[in-house]
Amino acid sequence: MFHYIKSIVKREIKGYFNSPVAYVFIVIFLILCGFFTFNVSNFYEARIADLRAFFVWHPWLFLFLIPSIAMRLWAEERRSGTIEILLTLPVTTGQAVIAKFIAAWIFVGIALALTFPLVITVFYLGNPDVGAIITGYLGSFFLAGAYLSIGSFTSALTRNQVIAFILAVVFCLFLVLAGWPPVTSALSKFASAGFINFVAALSFMPHFESMQRGVIDSRDIIYYLSVIAFMLFANTAVLNSRKSG
Amino acid sequence: MIEVKNLTKKFGSLTAVNNLSFIVNRGEVLGFLGPNGAGKSTTMRMITCFLTPTSGTASVNGFDVLNNPVDVRKQFGYLPENAPVYPDMTVESFLKFIGEMRGFSGTELKKRVDDTIEKCFLKNVKHQTIDTLSKGYKQRVCFAQAILHDPPVLILDEPTDGLDPNQKHEVRQLIKKMGEEKCVILSTHILEEVDSVCSRAIIIAKGQIVADGTPAKLRAMSKLHGAVTLSIHRVAKDSVIPFLASLPDVYHAERIGEKNNANVYRVFPKENKNIAHHIASAVREKKWEVEEFNIEEGRLDEVFRNVTTK
Repeated sequence: MFHYIKSIVKREIKGYFNSPVAYVFIVIFLILCGFFTFNVSNFYEARIADLRAFFVWHPWLFLFLIPSIAMRLWAEERRSGTIEILLTLPVTTGQAVIAKFIAAWIFVGIALALTFPLVITVFYLGNPDVGAIITGYLGSFFLAGAYLSIGSFTSALTRNQVIAFILAVVFCLFLVLAGWPPVTSALSKFASAGFINFVAALSFMPHFESMQRGVIDSRDIIYYLSVIAFMLFANTAVLNSRKSG
Repeated sequence: MIEVKNLTKKFGSLTAVNNLSFIVNRGEVLGFLGPNGAGKSTTMRMITCFLTPTSGTASVNGFDVLNNPVDVRKQFGYLPENAPVYPDMTVESFLKFIGEMRGFSGTELKKRVDDTIEKCFLKNVKHQTIDTLSKGYKQRVCFAQAILHDPPVLILDEPTDGLDPNQKHEVRQLIKKMGEEKCVILSTHILEEVDSVCSRAIIIAKGQIVADGTPAKLRAMSKLHGAVTLSIHRVAKDSVIPFLASLPDVYHAERIGEKNNANVYRVFPKENKNIAHHIASAVREKKWEVEEFNIEEGRLDEVFRNVTTK
Protein backbone atom coordinates (compact mmCIF):
# COMPACT_ATOMS: atom_id res chain seq x y z
CA MET A 1 0.00 0.00 0.00
CA PHE A 2 2.76 2.47 0.92
CA HIS A 3 4.64 1.74 -2.24
CA TYR A 4 1.59 2.78 -4.28
CA ILE A 5 1.39 6.04 -2.38
CA LYS A 6 5.11 6.55 -2.80
CA SER A 7 4.91 5.99 -6.56
CA ILE A 8 2.05 8.45 -6.97
CA VAL A 9 3.80 11.04 -4.79
CA LYS A 10 6.93 10.68 -6.90
CA ARG A 11 4.98 11.03 -10.12
CA GLU A 12 3.12 14.08 -8.89
CA ILE A 13 6.22 15.89 -7.74
CA LYS A 14 7.94 15.14 -11.02
CA GLY A 15 4.80 16.47 -12.68
CA TYR A 16 5.12 19.78 -10.84
CA PHE A 17 8.67 20.27 -11.93
CA ASN A 18 8.01 19.13 -15.49
CA SER A 19 5.55 21.94 -15.95
CA PRO A 20 6.00 25.67 -15.57
CA VAL A 21 3.52 25.67 -12.67
CA ALA A 22 6.22 24.85 -10.12
CA TYR A 23 8.63 27.54 -11.20
CA VAL A 24 6.03 30.26 -11.56
CA PHE A 25 4.62 29.39 -8.15
CA ILE A 26 7.97 29.38 -6.39
CA VAL A 27 9.18 32.59 -7.98
CA ILE A 28 5.95 34.46 -7.28
CA PHE A 29 5.87 33.13 -3.72
CA LEU A 30 9.42 34.25 -3.02
CA ILE A 31 8.94 37.65 -4.60
CA LEU A 32 5.77 38.30 -2.64
CA CYS A 33 7.35 37.08 0.60
CA GLY A 34 10.25 39.45 0.04
CA PHE A 35 8.01 42.34 -0.91
CA PHE A 36 5.73 42.06 2.10
CA THR A 37 8.52 41.40 4.56
CA PHE A 38 10.83 44.18 3.51
CA ASN A 39 8.66 46.79 1.83
CA VAL A 40 5.39 46.52 3.71
CA SER A 41 6.42 45.29 7.14
CA ASN A 42 9.66 47.31 7.08
CA PHE A 43 11.73 44.44 8.36
CA TYR A 44 14.92 46.49 8.73
CA GLU A 45 13.34 49.49 10.40
CA ALA A 46 11.80 47.27 13.05
CA ARG A 47 15.31 46.42 14.22
CA ILE A 48 14.17 43.12 15.70
CA ALA A 49 15.95 39.94 14.72
CA ASP A 50 12.96 37.68 14.24
CA LEU A 51 10.75 36.54 11.37
CA ARG A 52 7.37 37.76 12.61
CA ALA A 53 7.28 40.31 9.82
CA PHE A 54 7.70 37.43 7.37
CA PHE A 55 5.27 34.86 8.81
CA VAL A 56 2.47 37.29 9.50
CA TRP A 57 1.74 37.51 5.78
CA HIS A 58 1.50 33.81 5.16
CA PRO A 59 -2.21 33.31 5.85
CA TRP A 60 -2.92 35.97 3.19
CA LEU A 61 -0.33 34.91 0.65
CA PHE A 62 -1.41 31.30 0.96
CA LEU A 63 -5.00 32.34 0.51
CA PHE A 64 -4.35 32.88 -3.20
CA LEU A 65 -1.26 30.85 -3.88
CA ILE A 66 -2.25 27.54 -2.30
CA PRO A 67 -5.60 27.25 -4.11
CA SER A 68 -3.74 27.90 -7.36
CA ILE A 69 -1.67 24.78 -6.70
CA ALA A 70 -4.56 22.75 -5.34
CA MET A 71 -7.08 23.60 -8.06
CA ARG A 72 -5.50 21.29 -10.58
CA LEU A 73 -5.20 18.28 -8.28
CA TRP A 74 -8.45 16.57 -9.30
CA ALA A 75 -10.06 18.98 -11.72
CA GLU A 76 -7.18 18.48 -14.14
CA GLU A 77 -7.27 14.69 -13.81
CA ARG A 78 -10.95 14.73 -14.61
CA ARG A 79 -10.69 17.18 -17.46
CA SER A 80 -7.91 15.25 -19.18
CA GLY A 81 -9.44 11.87 -18.35
CA THR A 82 -6.28 10.58 -16.65
CA ILE A 83 -8.38 10.00 -13.54
CA GLU A 84 -9.64 6.93 -15.36
CA ILE A 85 -6.10 5.59 -15.56
CA LEU A 86 -5.24 6.53 -11.98
CA LEU A 87 -8.37 5.15 -10.36
CA THR A 88 -8.31 1.88 -12.30
CA LEU A 89 -4.81 1.10 -11.06
CA PRO A 90 -4.81 -1.17 -8.00
CA VAL A 91 -5.22 1.66 -5.49
CA THR A 92 -8.15 2.80 -3.44
CA THR A 93 -9.53 6.29 -3.96
CA GLY A 94 -8.40 7.21 -0.46
CA GLN A 95 -4.81 6.22 -1.18
CA ALA A 96 -4.79 8.29 -4.36
CA VAL A 97 -6.24 11.30 -2.52
CA ILE A 98 -3.64 11.03 0.24
CA ALA A 99 -0.80 10.58 -2.23
CA LYS A 100 -1.74 13.59 -4.34
CA PHE A 101 -2.17 15.68 -1.21
CA ILE A 102 1.21 14.65 0.22
CA ALA A 103 2.91 15.49 -3.06
CA ALA A 104 1.37 18.95 -3.13
CA TRP A 105 2.28 19.49 0.50
CA ILE A 106 5.88 18.47 -0.11
CA PHE A 107 5.97 20.86 -3.04
CA VAL A 108 4.74 23.75 -0.89
CA GLY A 109 7.26 22.68 1.74
CA ILE A 110 10.01 23.04 -0.86
CA ALA A 111 8.79 26.54 -1.71
CA LEU A 112 8.74 27.41 1.98
CA ALA A 113 12.23 26.00 2.48
CA LEU A 114 13.50 28.23 -0.30
CA THR A 115 12.87 31.26 1.92
CA PHE A 116 15.96 30.19 3.90
CA PRO A 117 17.95 33.35 2.96
CA LEU A 118 15.68 35.23 5.35
CA VAL A 119 16.73 32.94 8.15
CA ILE A 120 20.37 33.55 7.27
CA THR A 121 19.67 37.28 7.25
CA VAL A 122 18.22 37.36 10.77
CA PHE A 123 21.07 35.26 12.07
CA TYR A 124 23.49 37.65 10.43
CA LEU A 125 21.74 40.65 11.94
CA GLY A 126 21.32 39.43 15.47
CA ASN A 127 20.46 36.61 17.81
CA PRO A 128 17.00 35.41 16.88
CA ASP A 129 14.96 32.92 18.89
CA VAL A 130 15.65 29.67 17.06
CA GLY A 131 12.61 27.98 18.58
CA ALA A 132 10.28 30.69 17.31
CA ILE A 133 11.68 30.37 13.79
CA ILE A 134 11.22 26.61 13.81
CA THR A 135 7.67 26.77 15.15
CA GLY A 136 6.95 29.65 12.78
CA TYR A 137 7.90 27.50 9.80
CA LEU A 138 6.06 24.54 11.24
CA GLY A 139 2.93 26.64 11.75
CA SER A 140 3.20 27.97 8.23
CA PHE A 141 3.63 24.47 6.84
CA PHE A 142 0.61 23.14 8.69
CA LEU A 143 -1.46 26.12 7.63
CA ALA A 144 -0.47 25.44 4.03
CA GLY A 145 -1.49 21.81 4.50
CA ALA A 146 -4.92 22.82 5.76
CA TYR A 147 -5.40 25.19 2.81
CA LEU A 148 -4.24 22.48 0.43
CA SER A 149 -6.66 19.92 1.81
CA ILE A 150 -9.50 22.39 1.27
CA GLY A 151 -8.26 23.12 -2.25
CA SER A 152 -7.97 19.44 -3.01
CA PHE A 153 -11.56 18.94 -1.88
CA THR A 154 -12.95 21.80 -3.98
CA SER A 155 -10.89 20.57 -6.91
CA ALA A 156 -12.71 17.23 -6.72
CA LEU A 157 -16.06 18.99 -6.91
CA THR A 158 -15.64 20.25 -10.46
CA ARG A 159 -13.66 19.73 -13.63
CA ASN A 160 -13.38 23.49 -13.98
CA GLN A 161 -10.19 24.74 -12.35
CA VAL A 162 -11.39 28.33 -12.05
CA ILE A 163 -14.41 27.25 -10.04
CA ALA A 164 -12.21 25.01 -7.91
CA PHE A 165 -9.90 27.97 -7.27
CA ILE A 166 -12.66 30.40 -6.29
CA LEU A 167 -14.38 27.90 -4.02
CA ALA A 168 -11.09 27.16 -2.28
CA VAL A 169 -10.29 30.86 -1.78
CA VAL A 170 -13.72 31.56 -0.30
CA PHE A 171 -13.62 28.48 1.90
CA CYS A 172 -10.16 29.34 3.23
CA LEU A 173 -11.05 32.99 3.66
CA PHE A 174 -14.02 31.98 5.74
CA LEU A 175 -11.83 29.89 8.01
CA VAL A 176 -9.29 32.70 8.29
CA LEU A 177 -11.96 35.21 9.26
CA ALA A 178 -14.21 32.90 11.24
CA GLY A 179 -13.22 34.34 14.63
CA TRP A 180 -13.17 37.96 13.47
CA PRO A 181 -15.83 40.15 15.20
CA PRO A 182 -17.54 41.36 11.98
CA VAL A 183 -18.05 37.74 10.95
CA THR A 184 -19.28 36.59 14.35
CA SER A 185 -21.64 39.54 14.67
CA ALA A 186 -23.02 38.89 11.19
CA LEU A 187 -23.63 35.28 12.20
CA SER A 188 -25.19 36.28 15.52
CA LYS A 189 -28.24 37.65 13.68
CA PHE A 190 -29.44 34.17 12.86
CA ALA A 191 -27.30 31.62 14.71
CA SER A 192 -27.15 30.56 18.33
CA ALA A 193 -24.24 31.57 20.52
CA GLY A 194 -23.10 27.96 20.71
CA PHE A 195 -22.88 27.73 16.94
CA ILE A 196 -20.98 31.00 16.68
CA ASN A 197 -18.47 29.79 19.25
CA PHE A 198 -18.10 26.61 17.25
CA VAL A 199 -17.47 28.50 14.02
CA ALA A 200 -15.07 30.88 15.73
CA ALA A 201 -13.18 27.92 17.14
CA LEU A 202 -12.71 26.57 13.61
CA SER A 203 -10.70 29.63 12.62
CA PHE A 204 -7.13 29.14 11.45
CA MET A 205 -5.83 32.31 13.01
CA PRO A 206 -5.56 31.53 16.76
CA HIS A 207 -3.73 28.31 15.91
CA PHE A 208 -1.46 30.07 13.48
CA GLU A 209 -0.67 32.93 15.82
CA SER A 210 0.18 30.78 18.80
CA MET A 211 2.75 28.91 16.75
CA GLN A 212 4.23 32.19 15.54
CA ARG A 213 4.87 33.10 19.14
CA GLY A 214 7.11 30.06 19.47
CA VAL A 215 4.60 27.89 21.26
CA ILE A 216 3.95 24.37 20.08
CA ASP A 217 0.69 23.26 21.51
CA SER A 218 -0.38 19.75 20.63
CA ARG A 219 -3.93 21.13 20.29
CA ASP A 220 -2.82 23.29 17.36
CA ILE A 221 -1.19 20.36 15.62
CA ILE A 222 -4.24 18.20 16.28
CA TYR A 223 -6.43 20.99 14.93
CA TYR A 224 -4.53 21.20 11.64
CA LEU A 225 -4.31 17.45 11.27
CA SER A 226 -8.02 17.05 11.86
CA VAL A 227 -8.87 19.74 9.31
CA ILE A 228 -6.65 17.95 6.80
CA ALA A 229 -8.05 14.52 7.66
CA PHE A 230 -11.62 15.74 7.43
CA MET A 231 -11.12 17.50 4.10
CA LEU A 232 -9.32 14.53 2.57
CA PHE A 233 -12.07 12.26 3.79
CA ALA A 234 -14.64 14.55 2.17
CA ASN A 235 -12.48 14.64 -0.94
CA THR A 236 -12.51 10.84 -1.13
CA ALA A 237 -16.24 10.74 -0.52
CA VAL A 238 -16.85 13.19 -3.38
CA LEU A 239 -14.76 11.12 -5.79
CA ASN A 240 -16.44 7.89 -4.71
CA SER A 241 -19.91 9.37 -4.98
CA ARG A 242 -19.13 10.34 -8.54
CA LYS A 243 -18.56 6.67 -9.32
CA SER A 244 -22.12 5.86 -8.48
CA GLY A 245 -23.39 9.06 -10.13
CA MET B 1 -12.53 -14.68 -17.07
CA ILE B 2 -15.08 -11.89 -16.94
CA GLU B 3 -18.56 -12.54 -15.70
CA VAL B 4 -21.19 -9.82 -15.98
CA LYS B 5 -24.42 -10.43 -14.09
CA ASN B 6 -27.55 -8.31 -14.52
CA LEU B 7 -25.39 -5.23 -14.72
CA THR B 8 -27.42 -2.01 -14.70
CA LYS B 9 -26.34 1.60 -14.62
CA LYS B 10 -28.65 4.57 -14.42
CA PHE B 11 -27.62 8.20 -14.68
CA GLY B 12 -30.61 10.01 -13.26
CA SER B 13 -33.53 8.99 -15.42
CA LEU B 14 -31.32 7.65 -18.18
CA THR B 15 -30.64 3.94 -18.18
CA ALA B 16 -27.23 3.61 -19.81
CA VAL B 17 -26.81 -0.12 -19.24
CA ASN B 18 -29.86 -2.25 -18.74
CA ASN B 19 -29.61 -5.65 -17.08
CA LEU B 20 -26.61 -6.85 -19.07
CA SER B 21 -25.28 -10.39 -18.58
CA PHE B 22 -22.51 -12.20 -20.39
CA ILE B 23 -19.39 -14.24 -19.79
CA VAL B 24 -16.04 -13.92 -21.52
CA ASN B 25 -13.62 -16.82 -21.18
CA ARG B 26 -9.88 -17.10 -21.47
CA GLY B 27 -8.83 -17.37 -25.09
CA GLU B 28 -11.71 -15.29 -26.28
CA VAL B 29 -11.53 -11.87 -27.88
CA LEU B 30 -14.93 -10.32 -27.42
CA GLY B 31 -15.87 -7.46 -29.70
CA PHE B 32 -18.24 -5.08 -28.03
CA LEU B 33 -20.26 -3.34 -30.70
CA GLY B 34 -22.96 -0.76 -30.63
CA PRO B 35 -23.86 2.70 -31.78
CA ASN B 36 -22.53 5.70 -29.85
CA GLY B 37 -24.20 5.96 -26.48
CA ALA B 38 -25.23 2.30 -26.43
CA GLY B 39 -23.49 1.75 -23.10
CA LYS B 40 -20.19 0.19 -24.19
CA SER B 41 -17.90 2.49 -22.27
CA THR B 42 -20.20 2.54 -19.26
CA THR B 43 -20.13 -1.26 -19.10
CA MET B 44 -16.33 -1.27 -19.31
CA ARG B 45 -16.11 1.38 -16.63
CA MET B 46 -18.16 -0.78 -14.32
CA ILE B 47 -16.03 -3.85 -14.98
CA THR B 48 -12.91 -1.79 -14.23
CA CYS B 49 -14.50 -0.44 -11.01
CA PHE B 50 -14.35 3.11 -12.26
CA LEU B 51 -18.11 3.36 -11.98
CA THR B 52 -20.28 1.57 -9.44
CA PRO B 53 -23.25 -0.34 -10.90
CA THR B 54 -26.73 0.80 -9.93
CA SER B 55 -27.60 -2.87 -9.61
CA GLY B 56 -26.13 -6.20 -10.62
CA THR B 57 -22.44 -6.93 -10.52
CA ALA B 58 -19.45 -8.19 -12.47
CA SER B 59 -16.46 -10.28 -11.56
CA VAL B 60 -13.00 -10.59 -13.04
CA ASN B 61 -11.13 -13.86 -12.43
CA GLY B 62 -13.46 -14.51 -9.53
CA PHE B 63 -13.01 -11.13 -7.83
CA ASP B 64 -16.17 -9.13 -7.46
CA VAL B 65 -16.18 -5.47 -8.51
CA LEU B 66 -18.29 -4.47 -5.54
CA ASN B 67 -16.39 -6.35 -2.84
CA ASN B 68 -12.82 -6.55 -4.11
CA PRO B 69 -12.19 -3.60 -6.42
CA VAL B 70 -8.46 -3.47 -5.75
CA ASP B 71 -8.02 -7.19 -6.50
CA VAL B 72 -10.14 -6.82 -9.63
CA ARG B 73 -7.86 -4.04 -10.83
CA LYS B 74 -4.81 -6.25 -10.46
CA GLN B 75 -6.31 -8.67 -12.99
CA PHE B 76 -6.68 -6.39 -15.98
CA GLY B 77 -5.02 -3.84 -18.17
CA TYR B 78 -7.35 -1.09 -19.25
CA LEU B 79 -7.26 1.27 -22.18
CA PRO B 80 -9.88 3.95 -21.53
CA GLU B 81 -11.71 5.75 -24.30
CA ASN B 82 -9.69 8.55 -25.92
CA ALA B 83 -6.51 7.11 -24.39
CA PRO B 84 -5.86 9.58 -21.58
CA VAL B 85 -2.20 9.85 -20.54
CA TYR B 86 -0.35 12.36 -18.36
CA PRO B 87 0.71 15.02 -20.86
CA ASP B 88 3.67 16.36 -18.88
CA MET B 89 5.52 13.04 -18.64
CA THR B 90 7.85 11.38 -21.09
CA VAL B 91 6.73 8.07 -22.56
CA GLU B 92 9.38 6.20 -20.60
CA SER B 93 8.69 7.82 -17.24
CA PHE B 94 4.95 7.33 -17.67
CA LEU B 95 5.39 3.62 -18.34
CA LYS B 96 7.80 3.40 -15.42
CA PHE B 97 5.17 4.94 -13.17
CA ILE B 98 2.59 2.43 -14.37
CA GLY B 99 5.11 -0.38 -13.85
CA GLU B 100 5.70 0.72 -10.27
CA MET B 101 1.98 0.84 -9.66
CA ARG B 102 1.81 -2.69 -11.00
CA GLY B 103 4.31 -3.77 -8.39
CA PHE B 104 7.51 -4.00 -10.41
CA SER B 105 10.85 -2.55 -9.34
CA GLY B 106 14.54 -2.59 -10.18
CA THR B 107 15.72 -4.55 -13.21
CA GLU B 108 12.36 -6.27 -13.65
CA LEU B 109 10.71 -2.86 -13.98
CA LYS B 110 13.29 -1.69 -16.50
CA LYS B 111 12.92 -4.86 -18.53
CA ARG B 112 9.12 -4.63 -18.58
CA VAL B 113 9.22 -1.01 -19.67
CA ASP B 114 11.80 -1.67 -22.39
CA ASP B 115 9.95 -4.73 -23.69
CA THR B 116 6.65 -2.88 -23.82
CA ILE B 117 8.22 0.08 -25.59
CA GLU B 118 9.62 -2.36 -28.13
CA LYS B 119 6.34 -4.21 -28.56
CA CYS B 120 4.32 -1.05 -29.11
CA PHE B 121 6.81 0.56 -31.50
CA LEU B 122 7.51 3.48 -29.20
CA LYS B 123 11.30 3.29 -29.21
CA ASN B 124 11.94 6.45 -31.17
CA VAL B 125 9.68 8.58 -28.98
CA LYS B 126 10.48 7.17 -25.56
CA HIS B 127 12.20 10.32 -24.32
CA GLN B 128 9.56 12.61 -25.75
CA THR B 129 6.95 14.36 -23.63
CA ILE B 130 3.55 12.78 -24.26
CA ASP B 131 2.17 16.24 -24.92
CA THR B 132 4.19 16.49 -28.11
CA LEU B 133 3.03 13.18 -29.56
CA SER B 134 0.43 12.70 -32.28
CA LYS B 135 -2.88 11.02 -31.55
CA GLY B 136 -1.72 7.66 -32.86
CA TYR B 137 1.33 7.63 -30.60
CA LYS B 138 -0.71 8.66 -27.56
CA GLN B 139 -3.08 5.82 -28.31
CA ARG B 140 -0.18 3.39 -28.42
CA VAL B 141 1.33 4.76 -25.20
CA CYS B 142 -1.98 4.14 -23.50
CA PHE B 143 -2.16 0.69 -25.05
CA ALA B 144 1.38 0.01 -23.79
CA GLN B 145 0.27 1.04 -20.32
CA ALA B 146 -2.49 -1.56 -20.46
CA ILE B 147 -0.30 -4.52 -21.45
CA LEU B 148 2.84 -3.67 -19.47
CA HIS B 149 2.15 -6.12 -16.64
CA ASP B 150 0.99 -8.89 -18.99
CA PRO B 151 -2.44 -9.08 -17.32
CA PRO B 152 -4.72 -12.08 -17.75
CA VAL B 153 -7.57 -9.78 -18.77
CA LEU B 154 -7.51 -6.89 -21.21
CA ILE B 155 -10.25 -4.29 -21.44
CA LEU B 156 -9.79 -2.00 -24.41
CA ASP B 157 -12.12 0.85 -25.24
CA GLU B 158 -11.68 1.61 -28.94
CA PRO B 159 -8.05 0.49 -29.09
CA THR B 160 -7.47 1.44 -32.73
CA ASP B 161 -9.13 4.84 -32.62
CA GLY B 162 -6.93 7.45 -34.27
CA LEU B 163 -4.39 5.01 -35.68
CA ASP B 164 -3.42 4.96 -39.35
CA PRO B 165 -4.13 1.75 -41.32
CA ASN B 166 -0.64 0.33 -40.74
CA GLN B 167 -0.76 0.98 -37.02
CA LYS B 168 -4.27 -0.44 -36.89
CA HIS B 169 -3.00 -3.61 -38.48
CA GLU B 170 -0.10 -3.89 -36.02
CA VAL B 171 -2.26 -3.30 -32.97
CA ARG B 172 -4.85 -5.81 -34.18
CA GLN B 173 -2.17 -8.44 -34.70
CA LEU B 174 -0.93 -7.75 -31.19
CA ILE B 175 -4.41 -8.07 -29.70
CA LYS B 176 -5.11 -11.22 -31.65
CA LYS B 177 -1.92 -12.82 -30.47
CA MET B 178 -2.54 -11.86 -26.87
CA GLY B 179 -6.11 -13.05 -27.15
CA GLU B 180 -4.93 -16.63 -27.51
CA GLU B 181 -4.06 -16.86 -23.84
CA LYS B 182 -5.94 -13.92 -22.34
CA CYS B 183 -9.48 -12.82 -21.95
CA VAL B 184 -10.01 -9.69 -24.02
CA ILE B 185 -12.93 -7.30 -24.36
CA LEU B 186 -12.61 -4.58 -26.93
CA SER B 187 -15.16 -2.06 -27.98
CA THR B 188 -15.25 -0.72 -31.48
CA HIS B 189 -17.54 0.59 -34.09
CA ILE B 190 -15.30 -0.47 -36.90
CA LEU B 191 -16.91 -3.64 -38.19
CA GLU B 192 -13.89 -4.91 -40.10
CA GLU B 193 -12.11 -5.03 -36.76
CA VAL B 194 -14.55 -7.65 -35.55
CA ASP B 195 -13.63 -9.88 -38.48
CA SER B 196 -9.92 -9.44 -38.14
CA VAL B 197 -9.60 -9.70 -34.36
CA CYS B 198 -12.62 -11.00 -32.52
CA SER B 199 -13.61 -14.59 -31.89
CA ARG B 200 -16.98 -13.42 -30.70
CA ALA B 201 -19.05 -10.27 -30.86
CA ILE B 202 -21.82 -8.78 -28.80
CA ILE B 203 -23.93 -6.01 -30.24
CA ILE B 204 -25.62 -3.77 -27.69
CA ALA B 205 -28.16 -1.05 -28.24
CA LYS B 206 -29.79 1.10 -25.57
CA GLY B 207 -27.90 -0.80 -22.90
CA GLN B 208 -29.12 -4.25 -23.89
CA ILE B 209 -27.65 -7.14 -25.82
CA VAL B 210 -29.31 -7.45 -29.22
CA ALA B 211 -26.95 -10.00 -30.78
CA ASP B 212 -24.27 -12.34 -29.48
CA GLY B 213 -22.16 -14.83 -31.41
CA THR B 214 -19.15 -15.48 -33.61
CA PRO B 215 -18.71 -13.01 -36.45
CA ALA B 216 -19.86 -15.75 -38.86
CA LYS B 217 -22.97 -16.39 -36.83
CA LEU B 218 -23.81 -12.72 -36.70
CA ARG B 219 -23.31 -12.47 -40.41
CA ALA B 220 -25.75 -15.35 -40.87
CA MET B 221 -28.40 -13.09 -39.36
CA SER B 222 -28.14 -10.95 -42.45
CA LYS B 223 -30.93 -11.41 -44.95
CA LEU B 224 -28.22 -11.56 -47.56
CA HIS B 225 -26.78 -14.67 -45.98
CA GLY B 226 -26.83 -17.60 -48.39
CA ALA B 227 -28.04 -15.50 -51.30
CA VAL B 228 -26.40 -16.11 -54.64
CA THR B 229 -25.29 -13.25 -56.82
CA LEU B 230 -24.54 -14.08 -60.44
CA SER B 231 -24.15 -12.23 -63.69
CA ILE B 232 -25.35 -13.71 -66.97
CA HIS B 233 -24.49 -12.55 -70.47
CA ARG B 234 -26.80 -12.26 -73.44
CA VAL B 235 -30.02 -13.58 -71.96
CA ALA B 236 -33.09 -11.39 -71.53
CA LYS B 237 -33.84 -10.74 -67.93
CA ASP B 238 -37.53 -11.49 -68.44
CA SER B 239 -36.74 -15.12 -69.04
CA VAL B 240 -34.00 -15.41 -66.39
CA ILE B 241 -35.87 -14.11 -63.35
CA PRO B 242 -38.89 -16.45 -63.51
CA PHE B 243 -36.56 -19.35 -64.19
CA LEU B 244 -34.34 -18.61 -61.17
CA ALA B 245 -37.37 -18.03 -58.98
CA SER B 246 -38.79 -21.41 -59.93
CA LEU B 247 -35.76 -23.38 -58.74
CA PRO B 248 -36.16 -25.46 -55.57
CA ASP B 249 -35.76 -23.66 -52.21
CA VAL B 250 -35.56 -20.28 -53.90
CA TYR B 251 -37.54 -17.60 -52.14
CA HIS B 252 -37.05 -14.70 -54.48
CA ALA B 253 -34.94 -13.59 -57.45
CA GLU B 254 -34.25 -10.09 -58.71
CA ARG B 255 -32.02 -8.16 -61.03
CA ILE B 256 -29.83 -5.82 -59.08
CA GLY B 257 -27.83 -4.13 -61.82
CA GLU B 258 -25.52 -4.48 -64.74
CA LYS B 259 -21.82 -5.12 -64.95
CA ASN B 260 -19.67 -5.49 -68.09
CA ASN B 261 -22.81 -5.67 -70.27
CA ALA B 262 -24.14 -8.57 -68.23
CA ASN B 263 -27.22 -8.50 -66.05
CA VAL B 264 -26.51 -9.12 -62.38
CA TYR B 265 -29.09 -11.11 -60.44
CA ARG B 266 -29.47 -11.90 -56.81
CA VAL B 267 -31.32 -15.02 -55.69
CA PHE B 268 -32.51 -15.33 -52.09
CA PRO B 269 -33.03 -18.77 -50.53
CA LYS B 270 -35.88 -19.91 -48.35
CA GLU B 271 -34.87 -19.88 -44.73
CA ASN B 272 -31.49 -21.55 -44.10
CA LYS B 273 -31.54 -23.46 -47.38
CA ASN B 274 -28.50 -23.90 -49.55
CA ILE B 275 -29.44 -22.99 -53.10
CA ALA B 276 -26.07 -22.49 -54.71
CA HIS B 277 -25.77 -26.00 -56.16
CA HIS B 278 -29.31 -25.91 -57.60
CA ILE B 279 -28.59 -22.68 -59.36
CA ALA B 280 -25.17 -23.76 -60.55
CA SER B 281 -26.41 -26.97 -62.15
CA ALA B 282 -29.55 -25.34 -63.61
CA VAL B 283 -27.57 -22.56 -65.22
CA ARG B 284 -25.07 -25.06 -66.61
CA GLU B 285 -27.89 -27.06 -68.21
CA LYS B 286 -29.21 -23.91 -69.84
CA LYS B 287 -25.69 -23.27 -71.16
CA TRP B 288 -25.94 -19.64 -70.11
CA GLU B 289 -22.72 -17.68 -70.09
CA VAL B 290 -22.08 -16.92 -66.40
CA GLU B 291 -19.41 -14.36 -65.66
CA GLU B 292 -19.61 -14.15 -61.87
CA PHE B 293 -21.02 -16.43 -59.25
CA ASN B 294 -20.92 -15.52 -55.57
CA ILE B 295 -22.45 -16.96 -52.46
CA GLU B 296 -23.08 -14.11 -50.06
CA GLU B 297 -21.91 -14.60 -46.48
CA GLY B 298 -24.00 -11.76 -45.23
CA ARG B 299 -22.78 -8.39 -44.16
CA LEU B 300 -22.04 -7.26 -40.63
CA ASP B 301 -22.93 -3.66 -41.29
CA GLU B 302 -26.36 -4.71 -42.46
CA VAL B 303 -26.89 -6.88 -39.38
CA PHE B 304 -25.58 -4.09 -37.19
CA ARG B 305 -28.02 -1.62 -38.70
CA ASN B 306 -30.90 -4.05 -38.44
CA VAL B 307 -30.45 -4.91 -34.79
CA THR B 308 -29.53 -1.46 -33.53
CA THR B 309 -32.20 0.61 -35.22
CA LYS B 310 -35.24 -1.38 -34.22
